[in-house]
Amino acid sequence: MKTFKIGGIHPEDNKLAKNSSVESFPIPSQVTVFLTQHLGAPATPIVAKGDKVKVGQLIGKAEAFISANIHSPVSGTVNKIDMVADISGYKKQAVVIDVEGDEWCENIDTTPELKTEITLDKQAIINRMKDCGIVGLGGACFPTHVKYMLRPEQKVDFLLINAAECEPYITTDYRLLLEKADECLVGIQALLIASDAPIACIGIENNKKDAIAILTDKAKKYPQIKVVELKTKYPQGAEKQLIKAITKREVPNGKLPIDVGCIVNNFTTTYAVYEAVQKNKPIVEIFTTVSGKMLENRKNFRVRIGTPIDSIMKSVGIPENTGKFISGGPMMGKAITNLNSFAVKGMSSILFMDMSEAKRHTSSDCIRCGKCVAACPMGLQPYKLQILSELERYEDCEQFGIMNCMECGCCQFGCPAFRPILDYVRVGKNKTGLMIRNRQK
Amino acid sequence: MNEKLMQISGSPHIHGGDSVKKIMWAVVIALLPAFLVSVFYFGLPVIILTVVSVASCVVFEYLIQRFMLKKPCSIYDGSAVITGLLLAFNVPANLPIPLIIIGALVAIGIAKMAFGGLGNNLFNPAITARIFLLVSFPVQMTTWPVARPIWKLGADVVTGPTPLGILKEAPDNVAVDSLMQNGHYVTSDQVMHHIPDNIDMLLGQMGGSFGEVSAIAILIGAIFLLIRKVITWHIPVSFLLTAFIFGGIFWLVEPTQFANPLFHLLTGGLMLGACFMATDMVTSPTSPRGMVVFGVGCGLLTIIIRLFGAYPEGVSFAILIMNALVPLIDKAFKPKAFGV
Repeated sequence: MKTFKIGGIHPEDNKLAKNSSVESFPIPSQVTVFLTQHLGAPATPIVAKGDKVKVGQLIGKAEAFISANIHSPVSGTVNKIDMVADISGYKKQAVVIDVEGDEWCENIDTTPELKTEITLDKQAIINRMKDCGIVGLGGACFPTHVKYMLRPEQKVDFLLINAAECEPYITTDYRLLLEKADECLVGIQALLIASDAPIACIGIENNKKDAIAILTDKAKKYPQIKVVELKTKYPQGAEKQLIKAITKREVPNGKLPIDVGCIVNNFTTTYAVYEAVQKNKPIVEIFTTVSGKMLENRKNFRVRIGTPIDSIMKSVGIPENTGKFISGGPMMGKAITNLNSFAVKGMSSILFMDMSEAKRHTSSDCIRCGKCVAACPMGLQPYKLQILSELERYEDCEQFGIMNCMECGCCQFGCPAFRPILDYVRVGKNKTGLMIRNRQK
Repeated sequence: MNEKLMQISGSPHIHGGDSVKKIMWAVVIALLPAFLVSVFYFGLPVIILTVVSVASCVVFEYLIQRFMLKKPCSIYDGSAVITGLLLAFNVPANLPIPLIIIGALVAIGIAKMAFGGLGNNLFNPAITARIFLLVSFPVQMTTWPVARPIWKLGADVVTGPTPLGILKEAPDNVAVDSLMQNGHYVTSDQVMHHIPDNIDMLLGQMGGSFGEVSAIAILIGAIFLLIRKVITWHIPVSFLLTAFIFGGIFWLVEPTQFANPLFHLLTGGLMLGACFMATDMVTSPTSPRGMVVFGVGCGLLTIIIRLFGAYPEGVSFAILIMNALVPLIDKAFKPKAFGV
């Protein structure tokens, strides 16, 4: 079975919501749509207070190279354009829309029929992804079309589809695999056309045997698409680790997947690509898992962007002893600081943790056990980076490769002294990055 | 839900559940088989020495933290208990009680707390204390009671040399291989000394520091630690294999002068050293490659000291020397990095 070689950990997978099928979350009476839901420059608002909008209408235009369009997820009237706090409490520009009915733009095909025949050509598919604001829905939200805008000398040997879903709890990829496999395969076919890649490999961890069976069966119709079973190990779904596992190629430090002839897309993204290419439908809804050990109702929701997150939380019932909410997975997600924020494209899950699970233990001195070294998938020495960062020795941090850290959290997960390794490494990465940029000026 | 009590922190939000405490107590459990075998061969003194050693280590750690460092007390993490156990395992069963208390003070006070406590010590505390005792009280530290099953233990303590001591002190005109084949030789004072056979050495019926005699009991403990993932195979295997191969080379070249490699593996502190002392996390390298280098170094030094040094036994010196090299090993042998 395929996997990456260096490091990795085995957290409990806790796919507690795996058996609940995707439900549409009711449209709220008002939505707040952030104009930054992706990596890169914020979109520029092109609507004003009082404007009538329809579902799927462009409201924020991407003007920089790395940016993504934002569309209205509802129909109604623009209430205001204001600075609103996101889940971490940072104020960002957002469009607030009062909902009136559910009227879609005329050029969007809202019928549920599967449309397998792809009529667009390579460039049209890339443009469509750009127009529809497609971003990587695995969490990082990198604008997808940018990955496909290649220089003439760049050639794609492998299109990799990441359905590993190695983060515990999250089950949206899995549910989508069971419920929308045909659509996703068409989406992958579109990406194959866009990338000119000879082959697409879908990597799935082997804790989802039923999904592997279903997808392998359905993929038989597509000679270019192959399903690859991967060992269940975190972080199997990290871009560089996935490439290593499937193609045995190693992305050099500071390089991109395209430098080893690969493009990686998340499985959920392929569904968005299908809707964009075949139905002209931009991203106005996201799939999100609401789960947690303490919850009785674990759900997979299809939520309109801009829905207040507290309404999503309240719909499953917030238990008394909740100690922490997390947006994203428990390994790499963010703790929610501001409960009065709104759903964004990258919100793949909302997790509930009880007090005992949420509280951190007191840390003690490093006992040099080397568990973090053994766990680090990038082959770094996290214990050393933590101390160097704490001592503000950023030159040494650079020497020890702090910039190669992808913040997967394996080091801190296994640390028997409960040291806040990643907290310090994150600070160290920021400061070291700043130092390097200043040096280049 | 009380919003004021909500926790906020950076990722990761889950933890594997391992803790320093669990690791340390696992080591304590792993040392139990060796302890039981020692009680079987040396009787009550083993229990008394071990209890005194562990108690004084814990008390010294508590007193130093409370009154000198004024830091929160950490004696429950179990690391002082391990130091106490290993120190006791490294002395003869008839060591006078005051000496082991002095040893505990050296281990905890000098080797551990003076460097900043658990995690910051450069040298293994138990080995430091053992060497301190060995050079300060050479007579008491090298008077070995003879190992006899518990039902044969009498009131009178019979002492005799360790197998390594027999070899070291053998007159130059007596060939080692004849010693080992005949099983005994006659020294100038007409006392019969037996080189035990391999089975006896495996089980522990031989002279020596009481915790290190039984290779099999130590291996059981080490396997437990391997399964429990407290230690990795790198250090014990590279240490033992190096000692076996390096000792074997000398034996192949000159079998009449040097002992066979199996003898080296089963005698002295090699097993205990390789499985429990060299694998001390704090004082060993962190990367797998570094661990192998560390283990190989320990193995080479052990055999060199055994064959050519003034002391019959070299494990503790070897580990201590390699402890001092750990920062350099860590620097020179970084883990294999991704994408380089």
